[in-house]
Amino acid sequence: MSQAEIEIQLIAAVVAAACALPGVFLVLRRMAMMSDAISHVVLLGIVLSYFVTRDITSPFLILGATLTGLLTVVLVELLNRTRLVKEDAAIGLVFPFLFSIAVILIAKYAGDVHLDTDAVLLGELAFAPFNRVEFLGLDLGPKALVVMLIIFVLSLAFITLFFKELKLATFDASLASALGFAPAAIHYALMGLVSVTAVGAFDAVGSVLVVALMIAPPASAYLMTDKLSHMLGLSCLFGVISAVSGYWLAVPLDANIAGSMATTAGLLFFVVFLIAPERGLISAARRRSSQKQDFAQTMLAIHLLHHENRPEAEDESRADSLHEHLRWDPRFADQVVRFAERAGLVTRSGPHLMLTELGRGRAQREMAR
Amino acid sequence: MDDIFTDYTLRTVALGAGTLGIVSGALGSYAVLRKQSLLGDALSHAALPGVALAFILTGSKGQFVLMLGAAIAGWIATLFVAQIVRHTRIKQDSALGLVLSVFFGFGLMLLTFIQQRADASQAGLDRFLFGQAAALLESDVITMAAVGGLAIALMLIFWKELKLLSFDPDFAVTIGFPVRALDILLTTLLVIAIVVGLQTVGVVLMSAMVVAPAVAARQWTDKLAVMVGAAAFFGAISGVVGAYISSREENLPTGPAIVICITCIALLSLALAPNRGLVWSRVRQWRNAHGLRSDAVLADLLALAQQHDEAQHGHSVEVLTAMRPEQGGVARTLRQLADQGFAVSNNAGEWSLTHAGLAEAKRVTSSGQETS
Repeated sequence: MSQAEIEIQLIAAVVAAACALPGVFLVLRRMAMMSDAISHVVLLGIVLSYFVTRDITSPFLILGATLTGLLTVVLVELLNRTRLVKEDAAIGLVFPFLFSIAVILIAKYAGDVHLDTDAVLLGELAFAPFNRVEFLGLDLGPKALVVMLIIFVLSLAFITLFFKELKLATFDASLASALGFAPAAIHYALMGLVSVTAVGAFDAVGSVLVVALMIAPPASAYLMTDKLSHMLGLSCLFGVISAVSGYWLAVPLDANIAGSMATTAGLLFFVVFLIAPERGLISAARRRSSQKQDFAQTMLAIHLLHHENRPEAEDESRADSLHEHLRWDPRFADQVVRFAERAGLVTRSGPHLMLTELGRGRAQREMAR
Repeated sequence: MDDIFTDYTLRTVALGAGTLGIVSGALGSYAVLRKQSLLGDALSHAALPGVALAFILTGSKGQFVLMLGAAIAGWIATLFVAQIVRHTRIKQDSALGLVLSVFFGFGLMLLTFIQQRADASQAGLDRFLFGQAAALLESDVITMAAVGGLAIALMLIFWKELKLLSFDPDFAVTIGFPVRALDILLTTLLVIAIVVGLQTVGVVLMSAMVVAPAVAARQWTDKLAVMVGAAAFFGAISGVVGAYISSREENLPTGPAIVICITCIALLSLALAPNRGLVWSRVRQWRNAHGLRSDAVLADLLALAQQHDEAQHGHSVEVLTAMRPEQGGVARTLRQLADQGFAVSNNAGEWSLTHAGLAEAKRVTSSGQETS
């Protein structure tokens, strides 16, 4: 691997980790689509601050873009508060509008600078290593890497410092405000964090990938754990995995790296969706079928107990006619009987099924419930 | 605006944008009413890999083929969103964001992959990304009108069912409507609306075309038929006006111009629409507050008059103000009451009730509106 290749992967990994941290709270607070809005609108902030500073590399661009991100949040809330527009419609109204203004401003007044909509939406990670930061003549590395590392450390510090507040405001906002934790302040701090991260990241990877990296890894992590701290860690891990594997998917295809990172993040989510312990599709199906089996065995035991020592027991307890009495599929009935025998709930005597002590106990216990 | 009839390019673009506005306005109404506004955003992003795959598989960039690919991809995306929400604890918003960004990223990957093949004919796929209204051909407009017309026809045929689905899905289930099928139908119609507009305004701005006309129309009416009609009308107007403005100005892209038009219509509607509009509700609030204030002062005058046996016994503004320490503007309220003929002041500036005022004050206090 050349140095540029290593650096691209490093940038991708740091971007992914930096996006995952605020993303966790977006997913938990049901504001995922806010990242979509903010990541588009930061374009307006960049354009406007460019008009003021006339310098595309100025750090004020990040400040301006962060402010427009917050502006979006405020506008959406104002619209929402009129109660004339639902929140989703408010988001759908605000961000295309601000984005349109940005596109028009670029087309009319900034056609000559390196600021085109393609680059903003799609990003071009492959060029990121060529834009370097020097300090006192010392090469500190690619600019994107330095910026994203700073943002990552900032996020991490913010989340560590206010972990308790964030946790409470996320899971029980009314308790948080009753205890005087100012959920509104936390909300805006978080949105500011999302904006800063989106600005820093979209320079390297484009706005749509920002959305992918903010949502897909935390959503995957959400299916794996119930602990907030674990979810934060897992999200970063998933983000880094998607970033690096995305890079290696893009290289042979010679395709857009950001796009393929989004693709691998999606694939990773899909895998987790299938195989996550407890919450995955497969283990959920397993659990359902074992519950069904469990319930069926209880039914069988109750059925046998009900007719035990009765004249009709001769007919009702026959293993081969069970499916008629319990209205089961014959194959399912066979399976239930087999498992029940193995579990020691029933024994066979000829064609008939007899309850064991264990089976009788279970039937009585379940009926008494 | 004569050019709109004479200039061929402008006429085509305006017709295309107008068609798109009608279709997305009408069908977007349902999305907004069902709180699925952002579904439009997700669908338009998700359509991208469909466009790319359709091109890879068929090698054609015929508009109908690409639209079909986009529609299928959009449709699969909604399916994914529904399955994720149904089977996990992930909420609608995260599922939308996830599917949107992943599909779009995948589409982007395919698109850049196609570009590497040095296939000259790939040009034209890009316009699905940002939209290129200026490149619309007459045949494109005809396709858009045909497909969009079909969607609107379906909407009209299933009008009653879709209406019930939007306002009371539970009731629709109870009376035996095939709700899931209708849900799929409505989503499909929305997909069609989006696909129709995609290459005119592009992926990002398409969501505005779904949401904004409906939000604007919603403010003017409480009837679905009127709302759908108005949304289509607003969509069409902004399409045509946006196309016109962008043709007049140099370097003014059509898609954003259209979006700014429709958003302005939506904001004006939010402010000015009768009944729901912010301005009118402010006026109503002010009137209510004013009504309560004058009722309170009337009641005070009545109480004073009853204490003094003679109704015409005057009282100074200060006395009345002291009776309402929490409420300012008593002097102004008294002048208004005088204008209405309910109160008079004597030469010393002391106020009392007139006969009409006495009756009015008794009416106010007995109907329980007294607010002290």
